[in-house]
Amino acid sequence: MTHEHPHGDETPATSDEVVGLSRVCVEFDGDHVLEDVDLSIRQGEFVALLGPNGSGKTTLVRTMLGLQPHSHGRVALFGRPLSRFRDWQRIALVPQRLPGASSIPVSVWETVLSGLISPKRRWRPLSRTQRAAAAQALTDVGLWSKRHERLDTLSGGQQRRVLIARALASGADLLVMDEPTAGVDAENLASLTTLLAGLHEHGTTIIVVTHELTGIAHLITRAVVLDPHSRETIVFDGPPPVPGHHLHDHVHHHESELGRPGVVELEP
Amino acid sequence: MSLLDFDFMRRALVAAALVGLIAPLIGVFLVQRRLALLGDGMGHVALTGVGLAFLLGTAPIPTAMAAAVAGAFLIEFIRYRSRTAGDVALALLFYGGIAGGVMFASLAPGRAASSLNSYLFGSLSTVAEGDIWALALLCLGVVAVVAVLGRELFAVSLDADIAAVQGIRVRTMSTLMAVLAAVVVVVGMRVVGLLLVSAIMIVPVAAAQQVTRSFRATAVLAIVLGLTASLTGLVGSFYVEVPPGPTIVLVALLSFAVLAVVAVPIRRRRREVR
Repeated sequence: MTHEHPHGDETPATSDEVVGLSRVCVEFDGDHVLEDVDLSIRQGEFVALLGPNGSGKTTLVRTMLGLQPHSHGRVALFGRPLSRFRDWQRIALVPQRLPGASSIPVSVWETVLSGLISPKRRWRPLSRTQRAAAAQALTDVGLWSKRHERLDTLSGGQQRRVLIARALASGADLLVMDEPTAGVDAENLASLTTLLAGLHEHGTTIIVVTHELTGIAHLITRAVVLDPHSRETIVFDGPPPVPGHHLHDHVHHHESELGRPGVVELEP
Repeated sequence: MSLLDFDFMRRALVAAALVGLIAPLIGVFLVQRRLALLGDGMGHVALTGVGLAFLLGTAPIPTAMAAAVAGAFLIEFIRYRSRTAGDVALALLFYGGIAGGVMFASLAPGRAASSLNSYLFGSLSTVAEGDIWALALLCLGVVAVVAVLGRELFAVSLDADIAAVQGIRVRTMSTLMAVLAAVVVVVGMRVVGLLLVSAIMIVPVAAAQQVTRSFRATAVLAIVLGLTASLTGLVGSFYVEVPPGPTIVLVALLSFAVLAVVAVPIRRRRREVR
């Protein structure tokens, strides 16, 4: 580990950039999935990464988190180059599900606490404050009473809420969510939306990867649309259309007429 | 005469207790990562180490250890390099391990090939005085590593991607897991045998998880079952005069069957409560 100076984890005070990508290229077997992507996400933004399946939105998120190597360009998190970024407790990834939770029973409470595991705390047990934060997070998603249950016996929507509680417990100020609304019923969707609105209000930066904006459209402050068939990976980047006007219809419309610059309609 | 009056039996009991303790402890992580057969492969690779020890006249435990740890690194390397062909590549490594072990042992002078059997299925009388200390030290090492890094190992086996985003070094942890499995294989080699040692990593875990609701409870119950199986199996094999490995594994499988039956009413009651 390289720590240039004792306060190496501090973000430069001049920038409130949370994610910065500059001319980033990602290739799979010579295929360019991302080409010259420039993207800067600032603190407090609520960004939706949109696009049809295979448009590279998942790859984009994996690249910005360092899970996917890039062949060119620079990636920075909280103002630090990815290779020197160590402040991982500021970031929480909310997956659609936990693959390892179905092989061995994992309780809801264990799942939430697992969000607090960090190499930085290797030699210390969880503090009382951390446990309290985890309990609060699980209460916030309304599942405190289920804490002793096996995670995989909960409904899909409830599991999603547990995974969000897991992210909340860590106190991260960047939340990256993979299809948070997919397969979530109306009741769960409502509580999810309230939860996200509250987080956004408190200044948490939120990035959702999704192909549908159902339920969360009114929360989005910025839409980034990816298209695999366009020369530029990002074909739209700007404020979402007026609430009520369904961006998601246009994305589907666009999807059905691949190659045509249908997203131009999204320009406000 | 009680079985405790025999020195060899006391040593075998200690060795069995050690493997009964640490095998399920590592097994829970392997099962959660869906790498239940990793220990099996490690046992095959360790056999080449035993064969080499016969051939070169070196001590079997350190030589098997070296082979198993080398195997652990190789397996992780293969898994990392080829996501898709990894399965086949691992199979090749495992067959190579068995073939190499039998080949080297057969080339070795004396009756090496015939004593290979005791390494395959375990034996009551082969745990030497000096072995006990080596095994105890290895166990202590495994327990210490899990005490410090267990949470990170758990996070990696839950979801490697989110573990990476928590700053956990996923590749290091994966390799560590394979090395820990290699150590368990070598600790269990004498009493349970290389062909069956991975069963004591997996079967108690599979048995326990039928009735538990958390990872921690699964680990604790699996260790209790593992200890019980290895001790009762060993004592059983003393009286029936069969190799201890198969006896221990059969007792573990029996615990699986019993818990499978017990699990039905437990699950039903939980569902009703909800």
